[in-house]
Amino acid sequence: MQQDWIFGFAGGLVIGLAGAIFLLVNGRIMGASGLIGGLVDRSGWGNAAERLSFLAGLILVPGAVVLLQGGYDNHLTDNLAVIVAAGLLVGVGTRLANGCTSGHGVCGISRLSLRGIAATVTFILAGGAAMLFFRHLVGAI
Amino acid sequence: MKRNLYAALAGATFGLGLLLSGMTDTLKVQGWLDLFGAWDPTLAFVMAGAILPMALAWRVTRLRGGSVLGTAFPTKPDVRLDPNLIVGSIFFGAGWALAGLCPGPAMATATFSGAGGLLFLLAMVAGMVAAPALKTRIARLGAAA
Repeated sequence: MQQDWIFGFAGGLVIGLAGAIFLLVNGRIMGASGLIGGLVDRSGWGNAAERLSFLAGLILVPGAVVLLQGGYDNHLTDNLAVIVAAGLLVGVGTRLANGCTSGHGVCGISRLSLRGIAATVTFILAGGAAMLFFRHLVGAI
Repeated sequence: MKRNLYAALAGATFGLGLLLSGMTDTLKVQGWLDLFGAWDPTLAFVMAGAILPMALAWRVTRLRGGSVLGTAFPTKPDVRLDPNLIVGSIFFGAGWALAGLCPGPAMATATFSGAGGLLFLLAMVAGMVAAPALKTRIARLGAAA
């Protein structure tokens, strides 16, 4: 357990480093939902190549590492209805709120943005409530 | 070209950080949200680790006129908390709990989380397509209230 915390903190530093590179070199906020969402709703087509390059690195490099490691189980549920509902909620929610864990959580809190802090507190509380409801009351997940 | 290379570098670094942190494992994310079960505090350590270099980077932006590649730094958004921010975050939190995936890790695990992972991404994109119409409605309701 404590080893997980150390890996968590170390991985967090690397995530923050990634955000720092994207901010200081490219001048952009590293928000995963915004980078994808801008491509989906065309609002980000002006810098599509930059977005696609970021996403290519994000998809392919962990993919290559896992391939070399010999596999990785991310323990995703095999309940397809749950997966679809989750994906829809994450897609709609992050675009309504203009951000997710990386944009509001990492990039927003670190600049003491009131919106980032409010969004992060809200999605963690909502996630906790959903977990209580769907896991402990309904038993669906 | 340079801009795309650094974007790819940032994306790759982000992905490696997610993998190292354990946030690509849906059970660890769900564990963080499971306050009434086997609570797993790892995500808090990840957040703390990530916020440190980012806070430093934001300080550096105050000392410079713009980014290394010449783009102006993003301005701080309006401080108002609008209904879309809160409603959206509630939706997002619920979806995050259901599958244990948020957009970053969903992309980072796309090549190795099987059909389920791809289905999640498809549904997420569908949700993103639906969002703008809903956003206008929520904003109107918020203005009326």
